[in-house]
Amino acid sequence: MLRIPCPCCGERDEAEFRYGGEVPGSIPQTDVGDEAWADYLFARDNPKGLVHERWCHSHGCGQWFHVVRDTVTHRIHAVYGVGEPRPVVDCSNESQADGGR
Amino acid sequence: MSPSQPFRKSQGGRIDRTRTVAFRFDGRRYLGHPGDTLASALLANGVKVMGRSMKLHRPRGVLSAGAEEPNALIGVDWGSGNIPSIRATLMPALDGLVAQSQNCFPSVNFDLGRALDFTHRLWPAGFYYKMFKWPSWRAFEWAVRRTAGIGRLPDGTDGTRYRHLNSHCDVLVVGSGPSGLAAALEAGRRGEDVLVAEQDMAFGGSLLHDSMAIDGAASDDWLEATLAELDGMDNVRLMANATAAGCYDHNLVTVHDRSAAYRSDGPVETFHKVRARRIVLATGATEQPMLFGNNDLPGIMLAGAVHAYAGRYAVNCGQRVAGVVNNDFGWHSLLAVHDAGTPVRAVVDTRGDVERELLDAAEERGIAVHPGATPLTAGGSSGVRGFRFVAANGTTKQVDCDLIAMSGGLNPTTQLYSQAGGKLRYDERRHCFVPDKDPADLDVVGAASGRFDREHGSIVRPCTVAPVPTSRQWVDFQHDVTAADIELAVRENYVSVEHMKRYTTAGMAVDQGKTSNLGALSLLAQLTGRSPGEVGTTTARPQFMPVTMGAIAGNRRGDFYRPAKRLAAHDWHAGEGAVFDDYGAWKRPAFYGDDRAASIAREVLAVRQSVGFFDGSPLGKIEVKGADAARFLDRIYVNNVLTLKPGRVRYGLMLNENGVVIDDGVFVRLGEDHFLVNTTSGNAERIAAWLEEWHQCEFFDMRLVLSNVTSQWAVATLAGPDARAVLQSLPGLIDLSTASFPHLSFAAGQLADGAPYRLQRVSFSGEQSYELSVPSNRAASIFERLQAAAGPGKLVPIGVEALMVLRTEKGFVHVGVDTDGTTNPLDIGFGAVVDRKRRDFIGARSLARPNDRRTDRRQLVGFELLDRNASVPAGAHFVTGNDGERRSEGFVTSACDSPTLGRTVGIGLIEGGFGRKGEEVLVYDSGRNLPARIVDPCFYDPSGERMRA
Ligand SMILES: [Zn+2]
Repeated sequence: MLRIPCPCCGERDEAEFRYGGEVPGSIPQTDVGDEAWADYLFARDNPKGLVHERWCHSHGCGQWFHVVRDTVTHRIHAVYGVGEPRPVVDCSNESQADGGR
Repeated sequence: MSPSQPFRKSQGGRIDRTRTVAFRFDGRRYLGHPGDTLASALLANGVKVMGRSMKLHRPRGVLSAGAEEPNALIGVDWGSGNIPSIRATLMPALDGLVAQSQNCFPSVNFDLGRALDFTHRLWPAGFYYKMFKWPSWRAFEWAVRRTAGIGRLPDGTDGTRYRHLNSHCDVLVVGSGPSGLAAALEAGRRGEDVLVAEQDMAFGGSLLHDSMAIDGAASDDWLEATLAELDGMDNVRLMANATAAGCYDHNLVTVHDRSAAYRSDGPVETFHKVRARRIVLATGATEQPMLFGNNDLPGIMLAGAVHAYAGRYAVNCGQRVAGVVNNDFGWHSLLAVHDAGTPVRAVVDTRGDVERELLDAAEERGIAVHPGATPLTAGGSSGVRGFRFVAANGTTKQVDCDLIAMSGGLNPTTQLYSQAGGKLRYDERRHCFVPDKDPADLDVVGAASGRFDREHGSIVRPCTVAPVPTSRQWVDFQHDVTAADIELAVRENYVSVEHMKRYTTAGMAVDQGKTSNLGALSLLAQLTGRSPGEVGTTTARPQFMPVTMGAIAGNRRGDFYRPAKRLAAHDWHAGEGAVFDDYGAWKRPAFYGDDRAASIAREVLAVRQSVGFFDGSPLGKIEVKGADAARFLDRIYVNNVLTLKPGRVRYGLMLNENGVVIDDGVFVRLGEDHFLVNTTSGNAERIAAWLEEWHQCEFFDMRLVLSNVTSQWAVATLAGPDARAVLQSLPGLIDLSTASFPHLSFAAGQLADGAPYRLQRVSFSGEQSYELSVPSNRAASIFERLQAAAGPGKLVPIGVEALMVLRTEKGFVHVGVDTDGTTNPLDIGFGAVVDRKRRDFIGARSLARPNDRRTDRRQLVGFELLDRNASVPAGAHFVTGNDGERRSEGFVTSACDSPTLGRTVGIGLIEGGFGRKGEEVLVYDSGRNLPARIVDPCFYDPSGERMRA
């Protein structure tokens, strides 16, 4: 169970939030090819390390926002608004590959 | 010496001798003292056999004095029921307690299940796996089901109250031994908010039975002073009977608090969710057993446990003790036991190089020492009668004893550490797994960290299999896994620790292998020529100790499990004779009256012939308002939103990005920039959240707001040829004539009494139909006025079941019933609508994929059974081919015995259905094949005249 810093309300328990998965790419135009469309629909990076993902403070302010989380340590490095540019995250001194379950 | 407790020492111990408690075990009455556990009190009374093993029903005595206990699991009658598999080593001996041994019949001392033991060669490791392949699992299932498992499930209502509490602290200290208390003291003095969780009923850990010098003071004095100081700090909370059971992300620790679990006036168990800035694990270490023949006999205990019973509970576990050890910690316990008045006869040490200091100590006390010995077997059948071993010089020797105190070394208790992400390292010298790399914000201290006080630098010699092929050597006591079982697993090539564990079930009993995992994996290592470090450990998952299911559920049971939504006019419906049923989260009238089938038929015919009244309040109502509201909804719906005029209503479908239908319903243009979206009943929250997600995450540049107003408005639906006449009698409504208010119109205004209303003319029944929305608090009064306006018995209330029959007759789809997770709008006949819309909408691109355009997809059709008297349920399959090569082409999604048509009709999805109208097919249901004809899904008024009348 994570503690997630909502940009509006501050740090709250994961139970107050809804998960929205990895931030997808932008919606392709309708004339995109089948393969690229399938890629948009189904393919996700699922990285070991930093992931940009969507969360909604559904039992709080109701806002969707983006979280930068390390999938190994679960450390949350940054949160930012939908539509804002991706923040630069420095995790050079973090041992990403260790500490997993 | 108290005559009733023959094995109680005359003095010492942390028991309250001024008071006695009386309890029953297997029907017999025993006495003990406050401060006793059930195990210590039974030992004081000379009770040795406390349980039977799970698989072979071997008689078992208590092995340990703590949480790791694999044998002494007992059932306890308390509160309103029986609680199974309680560790006698942790259970306080309470006055009036009634406890039973488990897994035995007729009694723990004479158990017919022991026949399993005498035929043990028939039940080797991997027995289940083999039986699944040959001869047949079914041949054994009946017997296995009867004998498998342990304990008796409680029946009746659980009288314990369970609650969840969230706690926050700066430091959570798990364990209250010397290291834990020292950490708590340090943090407490710094002014930090400290929580100490101790699973025992008393604080102090090993200090409760062992003495040493701490900070220059005797440990007893230090313990007393430390507890007093901690007690006096407002920023420190001490919790006893509280087990830290699981460690999760971001320093969340669950603590199962049983401190009020045995209160006579309403027991309470609390499940704390503790969020700690820093966790200090002072969980100690668990002593491991030794490996020799018959090492599971009652009267064979861990040396540290014998010490604990002597020191803390003043109980003599035996009269003549033999020690079997491979390390100095065992020596420490044995010497202390001897000095406390339980004579140790001999110490058999598998190490050849026992420290001089220890040899001298033994000599002083007249204890024989046999260094470099090879343990063979324990003698006796239901108790210990001696111990045989091979001395260093090769001769076989025997020690006369009635108690064997064994010590196979210590293993740090690291389950929580591993759950927190900590890494373990195998320590060759101490033969155990020790913390290597701590996760952030977590410290591990004391024995849990692998720093043992009593080691004196000497090594622990790993146990090996004793050369006694005729007697079994137990590795896992509770699951009856022997060294031979592990050898068998290795012979059959189960050499990964995870495979060996599952094949032999070692470490998979309710004790989670606290005294067996290390032994099993080190045997596996020896047998495969690897080091235990290379073999590795299995994953230690939560919970560390069994947690009551009720404690995990908390108050989410009974009515709180899934709170029901009640209609605003619930009581009014009850007064009308409604029979309620669950529809999603809602309690809604299924029908009115006593006879289900007759009521449904009566209600359906009322709508077809005169007028019915339906409470449609759960209908989802979401308002969308803003300059870009129309543009937004045009992206949401398959249908064209831009061309809808204010005051008009249109039916629409919503898809997900995969092109699958997820909801349907009408949408209304209230004004140029203002829409009302209706969703399926029960889907309102989900669709409201989905619309929010699309607005916030993808269409965030569109100016609009969304508001779910579902519960604000109650909905009275009047349907039938007389609907207009009844509704028009409500003062204040607009003119309802078809000329001024045709089908798919919307109006809003005020009733004569000032109540606002919204009215839409839409139909789910196929009849002339009006949906009147009024504020929820007016629901019952409006319903009554409509009924009065119609005249006695004229306005017939109808339930959900009748409405479902009406819409099936009409062939209207119910999303989620007639569609599934693969159904696209083309499959249900909306291909033309899709192709007419030139703009993008959610799911549009997916509908252009070749697979979504296949003509042999399952498509929605109607069917009628050729036998007018037959009926089929939803779920029956459309089948083709002959017996032996029969194939399903689809299935019935809705079916009803239509009162209107006098036969069974239904709709379903069948491959290539649109091109098969008129074809005869078979409908398979429960062994019957019923001939049916595929027809158009609309069975009633296909032209829609009645709806628009
Ligand atoms: Zn928030």
